[in-house]
Amino acid sequence: MIYDVAVIGAGVSGSAVAWQLSRYELDTLLIEREADVGFGVSKANSGIIHGGFHHPVSTLKAKLEIRGNLMFEKLQHELGFPFRRCGILVAAFSEEEMAAVRKLYAQGIANGVRTLEMCGRDRMLRLEPKLRSDVVGGFHAPGGGTIEPYRYVFSLVESARRNGVRLRCSWKAVRGEYRNGRWILFSEDGDQVEARYLVNAAGLHADEVSRFCGAETYTIHPRKGEEYLLDRCSAARPEHVIFPVPSKHSKGVLVIPTAEGTTMIGPTADPVDDKDDTATTTERFRKILDLARGMIDGIRPGDVIASFAGLRPVLDSEDFYIAPSKRVPAFIHVAGIQSPGLTASPAIGEYVKDLLKNEGLRLTEKRTIQYDLSPHREVRSLPPEELEKLHAENPAWTRIVCRCETISEAEIIEAVRRGHTTVDGVKFFTRAGMGRCQGGFCTAEILKIISRESGIPMEQLTKRGGESRILVGKLGDLEVKA
Amino acid sequence: MKTEEYAVAVLGAGAAGLAAAAETSSAGLSTLVIDREKRPGGILLQCIHNGFGLRCFNEELTGPEYAERAARKAEESGAVFALGCSATSLRIREDGTFELLLLSGADGVRKIHARAIFLATGCRERTRASLAIPGTRPAGVFTAGAAQKLLNREGMLPGRSAVIVGSGDIGLIMARRLRWSGIEVKAVIELLPHPSGLPRNVAQCLDDFAIPLYLEHAVVRICGKDRVEGVDAAPLENGVPNPEKRFHIECDTVLFSVGLIPENELASSAGVVLNPATGGAMVDANYETTVPGIFSAGNVLHVHDLVDFVSEEAARAARNIPARLAGTEPGTRIRARAGANLKYVVPSWYFPGRKTLFSFRPLIVAENGWLRAEINGTTVWRKRMPFVRPAEMITAEVEAEQLSGEGEVVFHLQEGETE
Amino acid sequence: MKREILCIVCPRGCRMTVERVEGTGKKWRVAGNRCPRGAAHAEQEMTDPRRTVTAVVRTDSPDLPYLPVRTDAPFPRAGIPALLNRLSTMTVRTPVHCGDTLLENIDNTGIRVIVTASCP
Repeated sequence: MIYDVAVIGAGVSGSAVAWQLSRYELDTLLIEREADVGFGVSKANSGIIHGGFHHPVSTLKAKLEIRGNLMFEKLQHELGFPFRRCGILVAAFSEEEMAAVRKLYAQGIANGVRTLEMCGRDRMLRLEPKLRSDVVGGFHAPGGGTIEPYRYVFSLVESARRNGVRLRCSWKAVRGEYRNGRWILFSEDGDQVEARYLVNAAGLHADEVSRFCGAETYTIHPRKGEEYLLDRCSAARPEHVIFPVPSKHSKGVLVIPTAEGTTMIGPTADPVDDKDDTATTTERFRKILDLARGMIDGIRPGDVIASFAGLRPVLDSEDFYIAPSKRVPAFIHVAGIQSPGLTASPAIGEYVKDLLKNEGLRLTEKRTIQYDLSPHREVRSLPPEELEKLHAENPAWTRIVCRCETISEAEIIEAVRRGHTTVDGVKFFTRAGMGRCQGGFCTAEILKIISRESGIPMEQLTKRGGESRILVGKLGDLEVKA
Repeated sequence: MKTEEYAVAVLGAGAAGLAAAAETSSAGLSTLVIDREKRPGGILLQCIHNGFGLRCFNEELTGPEYAERAARKAEESGAVFALGCSATSLRIREDGTFELLLLSGADGVRKIHARAIFLATGCRERTRASLAIPGTRPAGVFTAGAAQKLLNREGMLPGRSAVIVGSGDIGLIMARRLRWSGIEVKAVIELLPHPSGLPRNVAQCLDDFAIPLYLEHAVVRICGKDRVEGVDAAPLENGVPNPEKRFHIECDTVLFSVGLIPENELASSAGVVLNPATGGAMVDANYETTVPGIFSAGNVLHVHDLVDFVSEEAARAARNIPARLAGTEPGTRIRARAGANLKYVVPSWYFPGRKTLFSFRPLIVAENGWLRAEINGTTVWRKRMPFVRPAEMITAEVEAEQLSGEGEVVFHLQEGETE
Repeated sequence: MKREILCIVCPRGCRMTVERVEGTGKKWRVAGNRCPRGAAHAEQEMTDPRRTVTAVVRTDSPDLPYLPVRTDAPFPRAGIPALLNRLSTMTVRTPVHCGDTLLENIDNTGIRVIVTASCP
């Protein structure tokens, strides 16, 4: 079959594009090289819905950020991912920083963000009692918020698939040729697909995709961000996302009340050479801890329950590069989608849809759209009466597997049935294993459930696809030697 | 949803919960023991090795045998079990009694009312993250207890060659268990200048297999993209790893045995105040927490190194419950504190004029030591303590007349032959 | 020849030294032990070192897929790998009870492997 559009990369950008296209009479294919969607750049994201003041409106990223920000209520209503418009506070701890805050505020106002509020020290402390008392002032951006990035991607893709988009995971594109009015894309495993249009939303690998398709030459520079997650019992959890005064390359180390009740501190911003370098370091941990403690009281190293690093795909221009190729036909670049890419993503979806239309793609709105997704029921947030009803339906609803996050067997089964068959996929979908014991108690049980529901033998189960197998075999497979 | 009434609800059917339930039930109090597992015994069930029970059962038992005997004792006393049940909320009712919500596959939602709560929820393991060990995040990183569960309860092999980080007893026991499952153990790496586990476990779990133990070393990096490919270790110099002396150890598995954290989240949600030094509740000499009617003992109170001590402590604690439920007020309580060379003392409060057993965790290794109790700067009690080390909890009974109640009692541990 | 032995009999872990005594009735001189069981262990280590073996064996029951077992007495160290490899090939038919015998008189030592948990 020949697809109308093939989208390479099922991160926030590619998924938002595929979701947009699913509203039209099109055959769309979404391709992901990792084992599950959102497993590249998107999963290691801070989950911030930005407030529209960090970048001048002359940039594409500011335009799309501001537009994207406004789209999240409607999206959440339709897709049901965790999202809270908790607001952002930019905090200054000296008069010099206060000068920078005023500039940032002015930029936000110039960008058309009407709800920003300059705050003195008292107002800041009233809004956020956990701020350190030596705060000088700052501003409040009530339009900012937090979401769970992987759940956002999962729900975009689920909705897109319900509306006809095809998905292929573990499909690594390695070559593309434009022949007879269509693209032929080849995978590492020797598979191939054909599509009239290509959208390159390959994140860290967008430069490689562009190169092997004969399109523009550019380089994606990975910029590493380390993040540390604190237990939901941490006394440090603020009400708002706390930002410092930004530097040239980064918005700085933040204190983030995640949409799911934990607290995250980070990220750093360090250029690295290797697109696989997601290692964390002791030096960066100390730096993040110092910076975060400089803003908020009550952060204890003992409250850290997980750490990770993500890589932002950065272009030399520092702006997004979303445009049709001038060298090859029917090819749209969606490259350099670093911060605020998550915030901008719904607007990126729209923008790319319009670019495709300009390039000659015929868009006919579907008569009927499937708005209903399977309900995402969570035992941890249901009252006892509801749980009794669910139990009557299926006893697995009241069988708790992950004790730290209160996740039932039924939720894990649901994750597997919706195609998440890796341990990380199940974790991102359900939060099982994401709590304070980090799967210490429940990993064995989760593996058994995934294996039983998916039919994949235990030894073949992976953390996140590829060679990341959790087990090597059964007792007795290895000989005991003297 | 019907409400079930009990005098005592015991959270956790490990060694502590079973011993407490046997006590309260024998005393005629209706007792419900709650555990998430379908089989009573808690972590003992995965501790298939021997070395338990010499004090409580007068013979050397494995974990599952100890669990079976402790469970039988609780059953015979008349305690009721709620197995396969997770307690998801603990609430104090207006009359000071408690309401628990239990979820289980078998019964759905159960509401339990109890006049006393006994916290016996044990510990979870510290993870890689709580040490902020740098490096990538490949598959093949486990806590020692998680690997123990995979091997001993599910028969699954977590890897082919392992490095164990931390020389606590669980890590040492797992070194032998891995070898006895055909898995190579490349090294055990310990930050401290001495092993964290008991000497006999170093002897029979490492020395027997010629497994190298690197003391005063740190893992400075975990390597591998998909699956662990190795670790970098380096010796500590002045407390920090020397990167120039770092070396690489190839392995496909890393086990962390770096300490336990009492599982007190449910207790905290009910307002129980914790002791930062133990991670457990602050309790008085009745083992009652800061919330009247909530008691705590065993590893959730402070980490013990012998299960027999856990059972003894829980039984001792539970013996105070009948009188409290009969309305006896405990009276004035006075603070007990840990002084020199002690990480903590349990209980946090004593009752004047009552003989009290205190438990301590030493911070030093000493061939000879003295434990001393001081009230208002005057030494009121002392005891010789041979062979003191952080791996072993020490206990001391202080007589009623020495605990006069004139002020806070502060304990100090001093090194040396004489005072 | 003097050997250092760390006692494994109880949690105290005494550091003992053992040496052979020539020409007396007593063959070994043990020092550093704090109880007679330690001395006995030290002698045993010099002549015929043994360890209690614990393991798990596959069962036919989904309630308890792996059954914990142990030797009923310390087993000669040299024979342990072979014993473990043998146990890993077995499947236990349930029901079983704690204390049931799984293997009798292994390698003619008189030592048994017994079950350490019940599975009805």
